[in-house]
Amino acid sequence: MIRLAQTVYDSEGFRLAADFEIARHSFSAVLGPSGAGKSTLLSLIAGFLPLTLGHVIIDGVETDGVPPAARPVSMIFQDHNAFAHLDSWTNVALGISPSLDLAENDRAAVDEALARVGLSALARKRPGEMSGGEVQRIALARALVRQKPILLLDEPFAALDPGLRQQMLALVNELHQERRLTTLMVTHEPKDARAVADQVIFIDGGEARPPAPTGRFFSGKQDKAVSRYLGT
Amino acid sequence: MATETATPAYRTATAFILIAVAAGLGPLLLFAITQGGRIGLDAYVWRVLSFTLLQASLSTVISVALALPTARALVRHRSRARPILLSILAVPQSLPAIVVVLMLVTLFGASGLMGGLLNLYGLAGILLAHVYFNMPLALRVFTQTLQGIPPENRRLAAQLGLHGWSLWRMVEWPALRPVIPRIAALIFLLCAGSFVVVLTLGGPAATTLEVAIYQSLRMDFDVARALTLSLLQVTLCAVLVALAGRSAWTEQLPRRRMDGDTYEAPGRAERIFNALCILMAALLVGGPLLALLVEGIRHISPGLLMLQALMTSTAIAALSTTLALALAWPIAWRQRRARGLTTVTPLLGLIVPPAVLAMGWFILVRGLDGGALLAAVLIVILNGLMALPFAVNIVAPAVASWSERQERLCAQLGLSGWPRFRIAEFPALRGPLAQAGLYAFSLSLGDLSAVTLLGSQGLVTLPSLLHAQMGHYRSDDAMGTGLLLAILCLGLGALANSKRLAS
Amino acid sequence: MKKLLATFACLAALAAPAAAQTTLTIYTYESFVSEWGPGPAIKANFEKVCACTVEWVAVTDGVAMLNRLKIEGTATKADIVLGLDTNITEEARELKLFAPHGADTSKLKVPGGWSDADFLPYDYGHFAVVYDTEKMPVPPKSLDELVNGDPAQKIILEDPRSSTPGLGFLLWMKAVYGDKTADAWKKLKPRILTTTPGWSEAYGLFTKGEAPMVFSYVTSPAYHIEADKTERYQAASFTEGHYLQIEVAGAIAASPELDLARSFLAFMLTPGFQDTIPTTNWMIPAAETAAPLPAAFGRLVTPSKTLLFTPTEVNTNRRAWIDEWLNAVGN
Repeated sequence: MIRLAQTVYDSEGFRLAADFEIARHSFSAVLGPSGAGKSTLLSLIAGFLPLTLGHVIIDGVETDGVPPAARPVSMIFQDHNAFAHLDSWTNVALGISPSLDLAENDRAAVDEALARVGLSALARKRPGEMSGGEVQRIALARALVRQKPILLLDEPFAALDPGLRQQMLALVNELHQERRLTTLMVTHEPKDARAVADQVIFIDGGEARPPAPTGRFFSGKQDKAVSRYLGT
Repeated sequence: MATETATPAYRTATAFILIAVAAGLGPLLLFAITQGGRIGLDAYVWRVLSFTLLQASLSTVISVALALPTARALVRHRSRARPILLSILAVPQSLPAIVVVLMLVTLFGASGLMGGLLNLYGLAGILLAHVYFNMPLALRVFTQTLQGIPPENRRLAAQLGLHGWSLWRMVEWPALRPVIPRIAALIFLLCAGSFVVVLTLGGPAATTLEVAIYQSLRMDFDVARALTLSLLQVTLCAVLVALAGRSAWTEQLPRRRMDGDTYEAPGRAERIFNALCILMAALLVGGPLLALLVEGIRHISPGLLMLQALMTSTAIAALSTTLALALAWPIAWRQRRARGLTTVTPLLGLIVPPAVLAMGWFILVRGLDGGALLAAVLIVILNGLMALPFAVNIVAPAVASWSERQERLCAQLGLSGWPRFRIAEFPALRGPLAQAGLYAFSLSLGDLSAVTLLGSQGLVTLPSLLHAQMGHYRSDDAMGTGLLLAILCLGLGALANSKRLAS
Repeated sequence: MKKLLATFACLAALAAPAAAQTTLTIYTYESFVSEWGPGPAIKANFEKVCACTVEWVAVTDGVAMLNRLKIEGTATKADIVLGLDTNITEEARELKLFAPHGADTSKLKVPGGWSDADFLPYDYGHFAVVYDTEKMPVPPKSLDELVNGDPAQKIILEDPRSSTPGLGFLLWMKAVYGDKTADAWKKLKPRILTTTPGWSEAYGLFTKGEAPMVFSYVTSPAYHIEADKTERYQAASFTEGHYLQIEVAGAIAASPELDLARSFLAFMLTPGFQDTIPTTNWMIPAAETAAPLPAAFGRLVTPSKTLLFTPTEVNTNRRAWIDEWLNAVGN
């Protein structure tokens, strides 16, 4: 469970406040106008930005001052998810040991993760030789080997073709189910949210609203800000 | 548009450069033929060549080796002192070589504050001066490269728990590695062609090609040997210019916001190591600077001679800047369309040693009763040619990007010639033009080589005044002159790098 | 109106001599025309008798002057070249730029007598290693001791390619070591702090305290005794003997002012010139002076033996010997 307790991030005129809980094993879509602070919310949870006020408590543990690597979180970015000079196998292996100190079963785990995301054949390719979707699969495979209970997705599929994006979403959803993850996914495609998310966190006007069930969010009975955003 | 013919201005500029180079090489060749002598590699030439390569290699290796950990240390620590430190590190690049030599003599000369630490005259002194110039250059490029690492990569590294050695191996080193050969080639080129530092701190045991050319002409009058040395120098520089690549002349790396690039405080051992690196850089650059400042302020007394030298230097610098810009402008426009000769001509001033050009011109005009005025004209031309590659390198990219965006609009509106320059080109490009101009001005203001090579009695520039004061051990006067020169060049450098011009 | 005319007349009278006066251009080495050198006094003394203006053109040092003449050839603006020495007169003569001096040489007092028809001597002196007694209580007693001595005790030398003392030292080495000179240079090398283009720079570095020894003249301590009232700086006496320098001047044949130039050369041997030499150039005058030499000159080292190559020997070998030096001291 992720608890955002009167969390405020304030920097150079930009402000984001949140005060709610995200249930374990939920799949939340984070929606909102661009620049509202969707990525900021994820960065606060992952520990990339310092809180101005409040707390982020994950599974009962206060995270203030805990470095990103020590948090039970894997985050996948829109871009630059893999080191360009390393092949995909090594990129995934980094998820197990930053110094690439691997035991036999670790190697097996890397192979298995690559197989799970369908990259076995491309294990020795570097990101530069792979398509955008394939590179994001590396990031997914790495998230698998890291075995962190929380998965944060910062629009990782925005640049992909619609068909490919559906595939990737399906893959993420499978992993979410299999590993019983708590997943947050920033997207600007309501369609994606409807396809995979069971709840929606809407961000607008400097505030992240508590999660609302996906069905209700898209039911048409929302306030003005949401309908302006959805164009309904 | 693909086969646009060369403009008259471009033809004139190219002709001017080629004639100037021919006027330098021609008389020397003629003299070599009539005077006899053998063009060949004797033991002395080999010795000079190997010393040139040795000192340039060592200067490069030391500069890069010191800059790498220091750049990492600078980026790893978020501190209010960082911008201040970075601007101090920009100082050496704006300082004239003769001023740096003065600062080092003040600190490390036998009677200096840190006298006896090393023998300044010879390899050690030359290396110290070259590292003083080039370590900060490498450091700035490396720092910007590290700052240019995509934030996502940094975040990813933080999430994966990469730090210390693994962070270096997985993230920082791969980013730096492609930059190193270019910056190393540039530093090597600058050190191999170094004139003033070697002239003042070297000696018969420590001579580089550039200084040996000057000496074999001015001291031995051995034109054949000078030509041999020149051919070697031209070859060496041409290879290095090709290696360093055009883009390396000026730093044009993306400037990124610095916040949020480190997520975890470095460990204690690393903190100590980083602090040592930063302290070393600050002392290396700041120490001599402070010595000059403290000593100079006590002795600055603008006498008549200094005022006269200042006026002469300003006039020469203004004219050579005008020349450099007038040559750079048409070449920059031509470079959008044409390759080959267009890219080579502006570099001739960098490839053909100034000592060779100067000596040829000197022989050519020796019959004319021109005195100081003629010498000044030749210095203007030489300084203009020396600044040209840098000016072109600043102006050309701006011209290219302007042309991409606006040229079709101009064509549609029928804007051409003077109105086009006045209405469309100049307002859009005055930033880079001013930057190039300030650069050329400061280069000429601080340049000792041209006035050493071409100077005549009665022509006193600030650097030559400083050199004479140093040569006659009037240290107090030298300090004052040095400080004035340093302040002028730093001011120009700061103006050229100011945000208003860069944007 | 009358007043105005008178003013103009005055102005014209003032301007006239300046315009009518010819200029005598003399190339010389830097220290000769520095404010402490003999140049200013000699200029004033000669201008009193010549109705001309003397213009000094300073060149780093004597050998550099010869190189400048080679580059300039007949286009040179010099009427007189002052400050060559006998080591390079032969090479200078080969340029075919110089006219016979036509002066009476009978009163010359230079060691070995004088018979050169083109160049006229104005002073001479033996070279010597000058040392700082405060930093070096025991100086080397021979060139060989200098060569083999403690490398921590440095010496400042001059470049033989530009400086006549520099060339003098090179010839001294050659005179003492002959075929083994290259080895001697290699041994000496660690003792050399630096090699300066001219004597002025070297001596300046020395008095500033950068090194305990400098290559200069037997007469140099006289300056410190007379001007600074100190015996701190002394010349070391070398058992192999000391190399001699005779400084000369010559007139340029192509000069439009050849007669004036010759009259300057004649003036050079009179007290108007010679009197300035001991206490400004700190050398021994080549001809009669009005007053006896300052007392300090009596307390100088007297060389046991004079070393000197003939101009022809130097001319034949200078290039080869310089290359030998370059290769020996190079890295």
